[in-house]
Amino acid sequence: MGEADDLAPDAVRGGLRTYRLRLYVAGQTRRSLAAIANLDRICKEHLADRYTVELIDLLEKPQLAAGDQILAIPTLIRALPEPARRIIGDLSNTERVLVGLDLSPAGNGP
Amino acid sequence: MTCAVPGSGPAREAAAVLSGAGRPAIRRPPGIAKSPTGVSGLDELTGGGLPAGRATLVCGGPGCGKTLLGATFLVKGATEHGEPGVFASFEERRDDLVENVASLGYDLEDLIARRLLVIDHVRIERSEIEETGEYDLEGLFIRLGFAIDTIGAKRVVLDTVETLFAGLGNATILRAELRRLFGWLKDKGVTTIITGERGEGQLTRHGLEEYVSDCVILLDHRVADQVSTRRLRVVKYRGSAHGTNEYPFLIDEAGISVMPLTSAGLDYAASGERISTGIPELDEMMGGLGYFRGSTILVSGMAGSGKSATAAHFANAACGRGERCLYFAFEESPAQIVRNMRSIGLDLRGWVDRGFLRFAANRPSLQGLEMHLARMLRDVEVIEPRAVVVDPISSLMTAGLGSDVHAMLLRLIDHLKGRAVTALFTNLTHGNVEQARTDVEVSSLIDTWLLLMNRESDGEYNRQLYILKSRGMPHSNQLREFLLTEEGIRLRPVHVGSGGVLTGSARLAQEAKEEAALLLRRREVERRERELARKRRQVEARVEALRAEMETQEEELHQLLAEAAARERQFEREREMMARSRHAAVPGAGENDG
Repeated sequence: MGEADDLAPDAVRGGLRTYRLRLYVAGQTRRSLAAIANLDRICKEHLADRYTVELIDLLEKPQLAAGDQILAIPTLIRALPEPARRIIGDLSNTERVLVGLDLSPAGNGP
Repeated sequence: MTCAVPGSGPAREAAAVLSGAGRPAIRRPPGIAKSPTGVSGLDELTGGGLPAGRATLVCGGPGCGKTLLGATFLVKGATEHGEPGVFASFEERRDDLVENVASLGYDLEDLIARRLLVIDHVRIERSEIEETGEYDLEGLFIRLGFAIDTIGAKRVVLDTVETLFAGLGNATILRAELRRLFGWLKDKGVTTIITGERGEGQLTRHGLEEYVSDCVILLDHRVADQVSTRRLRVVKYRGSAHGTNEYPFLIDEAGISVMPLTSAGLDYAASGERISTGIPELDEMMGGLGYFRGSTILVSGMAGSGKSATAAHFANAACGRGERCLYFAFEESPAQIVRNMRSIGLDLRGWVDRGFLRFAANRPSLQGLEMHLARMLRDVEVIEPRAVVVDPISSLMTAGLGSDVHAMLLRLIDHLKGRAVTALFTNLTHGNVEQARTDVEVSSLIDTWLLLMNRESDGEYNRQLYILKSRGMPHSNQLREFLLTEEGIRLRPVHVGSGGVLTGSARLAQEAKEEAALLLRRREVERRERELARKRRQVEARVEALRAEMETQEEELHQLLAEAAARERQFEREREMMARSRHAAVPGAGENDG
């Protein structure tokens, strides 16, 4: 990435930035539904109003899969803040989701 | 060997495929539809190509040519068989792939523009991925499915799907998904190549062979003594006969080619036709006829003994008969050979210009032995020469180990014999050639073996030639002096005397000496003859003298007798006259008184 200089300030200001997220699913599978529910919960708990989520169903728009390098389903892409991160799985492990989103539970907790 | 019976068994099918003669017809055994790879040699080997609508695992170590094989499969499918293809690259980026494949002469961008090809670079970076629970690889399925449907692809390459193991932590999920993926590809009816990294103790590092059971091809890229050799082996092919050996393959500007180097066995026809060696005196030594067509000739000798010159005469003679000759030059450049041979009166340039003589020159150390062999056989296939020169085979020694060289020569000779190509190999020997062994122990493969020697005597080196063996023909067992003249090679009988074999100045000196001795002997004989004649004349003279003396004595005797008779008659007359004068003389009384 070569953006080590930006990373530190990002981490400091992490809590203040807007998160643009994209969640890729394929149809209404059990895992997809679980991922959608888990993401909704986590965002509400940890990001309050500082996020947007775009839900993409690849069964409807398969041409989008290659662009975001989607392999696993479900995949959550943190498009912003940069650098982009990807989180795969049904997001049931909240702790790892927060790590993936660079939202340290310790730094953001009550 | 080619079987004409339709629906014959796998064994005969294999035999037909493997019979080295010509290009075996591509056969489709009943039951399995095949998808030609377009890789020359591989289709022959597999009896028509990869199993259509199924997956083939191509495994091998890094840099063994998996990706290029996959790319060739797609390019040939798109351009020659009307089957568009999808290349899912898990390793190389799209642009890198396009660039790399361009080295084989393939223009992927053009195929992409013509909607015959889709390249999807599937990038996966472990450090960027956070796993947070259950997942599957439906995204990959969707991407592939979309790409396939977009261009109506019939062929798919997954290169190298094992990268997923490095990118994703959950091997259990991955294995289940790969199993599902291969099943899904089969359902899609696409012919797939899945590449895999070679693993320790198994074909692929992650055991992909467990999922792909229809066809497995192993590529190998061995380096021995800093020289690399590529080999290909069809490990398994369910429901089809296939060649089971390891076959060398080439990757060069002409694409990938596999050489089904099968031993043609010993069933090639032996020609009774004889062809000139290019050296009239050498022809004479072989009953005036020269080599057998399709035979294998070895010319061995030390440096500077005239091996290349002998080879050049052979090539020159072949071209002179209007035959194509292929000259593999491993130590000299063609220009150098042409120049050198001009000095002994051979115009090879003319044959090159007229297309009869083709040179193939490269350094043996640049490639492995198998590569060499593969390249040579390909050249033979393409150029279709009637005569081949390999100058020298000993430099192949630097490219491989002894047993490998032997095996390679055996294959080469079999291949050439199968095509009735007359082959002349030169071999550089070190030390004492008279021991009749070569570094490459090829004697049993050789039909005619010429030994060239360079012997020192009286402060000069002189070349000699000797036919060590020549199967199936009477041949001279004489050592000949081998002269390189401006009119080419001349062979002279050597002087064999009490001092051993003499050549060069020694021979000339000895010949002069002999001539002098002969002259001397001749003079002696003449002298003796003259003496004898003189003696004869002396004897005859004496005989004459004696006879003359004898005659004289005889004459004297006759004279005496005649005188005596005359005196008698005189006496008689006188007595008569006396009696008459005395009258009445009685002859008897007178006699008594008297």
